[in-house]
Amino acid sequence: MLLQEAGRAATALEGIKHPDLSKFLVISAILLIIGIAGVLTRRNLLVIFMSIELILNAANLNFIAFSRYLEDTGRGDPLAGQVFTVFIIVVAAAEAAIGLGIVIALYRNRETIWVDEIDLMKW
Amino acid sequence: MYKYIWLVPLLPLAGAAINGIFGRWFRFSEKLIGGIAVGSVALAFLISLTAVFSYGFSGNALWPSPYVTTQTAFTWIPAGAVKQTLGETSESTTISVANHPVTVAKPHASGLNIEWSYQLDPLSSIFMLVVTGVGLCIFVFATGYMHGETGFYRFFAYMGLFMFSMLVLVMGSNFVMMFVGWEGVGLCSYLLIGYYFNRTEAANASRKAFITNRVGDFGFLLAIFAVIATFGSAQYADVVSQAAGYPVETLGHWGLMSWIALGLMIGACGKSAQFPLHVWLPDAMAGPTPVSALIHAATMVTAGLYMLTRTNVIFQHSQTMMLVVALIGAFTAIFAATIGITQNDIKKVLAYSTVSQLGFMFLACGVGAFVIGIFHVMTHAFFKALMFLGAGSVIHGMHHEQDMRKMGNLKKYMPYTYWTFMAGWLAICGIIPFSGFWSKDEILWNAASTTQIPLGWLVWLVGTIAATCTAFYMTRLMAMTFWGKERFPGHEHSMEHEGHAQKKEHGTHDHHAHVPHESPKSMWMPLVVLAILATVGGFVGISTAFTGGAHVGGRMNIVNWLNPVIWNPTTKQFNVGETPHATEATTEKKTDSHVTETPAHDTGFNLAHTIEEKLHSETLTEWVFILISLIVAGFGIALGLLFYIKSPNLADVWAARLKPLYQASYNKYWIDEFFGLTVTRRTMDLARGVFAFDSKVVDGAVNGSAWLTRLTSRITGNTDKYLVDGLVNAISAFVVRLMSPIVRAAQTGLTANYALVMVIGLLVAVALYFFKSF
Repeated sequence: MLLQEAGRAATALEGIKHPDLSKFLVISAILLIIGIAGVLTRRNLLVIFMSIELILNAANLNFIAFSRYLEDTGRGDPLAGQVFTVFIIVVAAAEAAIGLGIVIALYRNRETIWVDEIDLMKW
Repeated sequence: MYKYIWLVPLLPLAGAAINGIFGRWFRFSEKLIGGIAVGSVALAFLISLTAVFSYGFSGNALWPSPYVTTQTAFTWIPAGAVKQTLGETSESTTISVANHPVTVAKPHASGLNIEWSYQLDPLSSIFMLVVTGVGLCIFVFATGYMHGETGFYRFFAYMGLFMFSMLVLVMGSNFVMMFVGWEGVGLCSYLLIGYYFNRTEAANASRKAFITNRVGDFGFLLAIFAVIATFGSAQYADVVSQAAGYPVETLGHWGLMSWIALGLMIGACGKSAQFPLHVWLPDAMAGPTPVSALIHAATMVTAGLYMLTRTNVIFQHSQTMMLVVALIGAFTAIFAATIGITQNDIKKVLAYSTVSQLGFMFLACGVGAFVIGIFHVMTHAFFKALMFLGAGSVIHGMHHEQDMRKMGNLKKYMPYTYWTFMAGWLAICGIIPFSGFWSKDEILWNAASTTQIPLGWLVWLVGTIAATCTAFYMTRLMAMTFWGKERFPGHEHSMEHEGHAQKKEHGTHDHHAHVPHESPKSMWMPLVVLAILATVGGFVGISTAFTGGAHVGGRMNIVNWLNPVIWNPTTKQFNVGETPHATEATTEKKTDSHVTETPAHDTGFNLAHTIEEKLHSETLTEWVFILISLIVAGFGIALGLLFYIKSPNLADVWAARLKPLYQASYNKYWIDEFFGLTVTRRTMDLARGVFAFDSKVVDGAVNGSAWLTRLTSRITGNTDKYLVDGLVNAISAFVVRLMSPIVRAAQTGLTANYALVMVIGLLVAVALYFFKSF
């Protein structure tokens, strides 16, 4: 039992030390799918924003996962993924600031943030 | 000395140029302007005098051959080869072109070169002396008469220019130079008649003179062309010597010489105011009086006589034209004389008198007595210049009153003017021994005894009646002006006559401005000089009846002096000077053998011959005519004295009795009205018609084309706008409308759709990546 316990703990430690890349990729893909589905189907602009954040975070998760994987296997430069992630977070923050400003301006003009009502580009 | 005659025209021109160009700029004083003008003319007169002396009377005299200034001459118009298309010597040659004979006019061998050279010969010398001599007197007079006028410098500039033109006219050695002078004097006449250009009548008179003269100049110009076409030269020497060889065209034959003579005669009629082109001369009196004296009495109007005498060879070759000249002269003489009887303006009387006297001169030329015509030009220049200046003096003294009805008894106030005028009066009436007697008597004698044309008796009769009228109206003028009662009551100033508006009041005469006054010395001195000339000037042409049938005095006798210029139709030669029997060809024929030696042409009844056959003496016959002319002159004077001194109301009585005649004469036979109605109005109508044609048809065509252009442009514009643009719009709209539903379906405007497309695109890109790697 204890052994079983210890076995499991060792396995878990091994899992922490050498995480399984495929699991991260699956989670990342799920996040991406959820994000894309949110962008395509939701009508509230704020929700679409959140969905976009999901997509970006899916990409970030990928970067982190591959960075850890590369560190684990000892090939390539593991830090590049980390740097990319930080960049993406910065860009996403800036984008969120501008995007929310646009949303507020839009709301002041049109009194709505429902995208199917924002259709001036239609012919 | 005669080599310097080219200076004679140049000096007055230089004076005119100085006065005209600098007179205004530098505000020359009247003394300076007068000094320049008078000085230049005086110098020209002196040179003329010495030139004529050395030409005719000095030891190595050239007379009678003409002297042409070849040294100082230049070729003015090098026209080159000309075709002589008229005349006997027109050189034509027959060449054969393709076996057909063709007549080709050869170009004149020497070519036509028109010189600018002056000719000194017996004829031009007389005119030079008269123009500069009488001109000098008139210039001196004008310095006094024009005193205080605005435009003093302008007056003397024009006068100097006139002197230049007149001297070119009489001194030129060819027809073209004569024409230059001819037009020059016409221009100066125009400028000087219109001297008071702000007065309508003066402006109208100047235009009338100019336009009437154009009619004459047209004929003259045609004649010059004909002369060049016939003789191939314009030089007098060539023309005269060639023309002498042509056959004489007798009455009824109308040939080349008659045509040329006709053109010349039309020119002479215009310039010398012969009927029917006389209308301008009386109106020309609107100019200042010295102008009337110089241009319209003494010099310019005699240019026609100069031309007739210069071309006497041509005229004597056409008997028809000689008759025409004589008849026009005689008609003008009596026509103008009868008008002169009823005029009241002192200058108008003198103007019609001038026309009448010019008629006498034409009459003389027409009957073949060219020398006597020129003689009368000379004496007339003396006495008519004298009388015009006298009239100017009267007008000046009367404060610009020209109406004789407001004068009278002026002899009391103007002694110098009166006594000098008296000389002129006696001269024009033809009282022996004043100058007018000699020339007028010779004219009438030559008319009666002419063998050149028929109807000499008629011409003589008309001339004698005209001479009676002359004596009558001149006596009337004397009586109304100088004798009788004073008819200037109130002595108020008349503001309506000559130039008063422009003239400053005579400052020096203000204290006795209300009575007539004698003119200043500068005005009566020329009168004295001219009076002396008018008195004794006739002796150079003393009648042969007084000298025993010979022209005494050698070259001093004008007949002997001028004869070498005159062609003799009987001997077919030029006359020889100083041989009395050869010169008076007509006289000789009668005395010797007028039956055996038939004259050149039968001229029918001859008054002088008929009387002569009764009296058997030529001198006695001439005396008969002298007596007749003296009697008619005395009769005219007596009649004048009776009408205007003895019983002054008689004139009105007879005017009422002969009312139609009086009216006709007073209104100048309505010639002006006739011309106004027939010529002037018709010309205006023509001008209006042409204007209407211009404004309606020509402008209409232009405007019509503009309208047409606008019309077509509107049509094409609309075509473009509606048809072409419409097609383009329709097609493009059709295509767009067809395609747009399909295309715009893609543009839903829903963000989600666009995002879906992006996702699909991404998936496709990923899919392609995967498929590619397989």
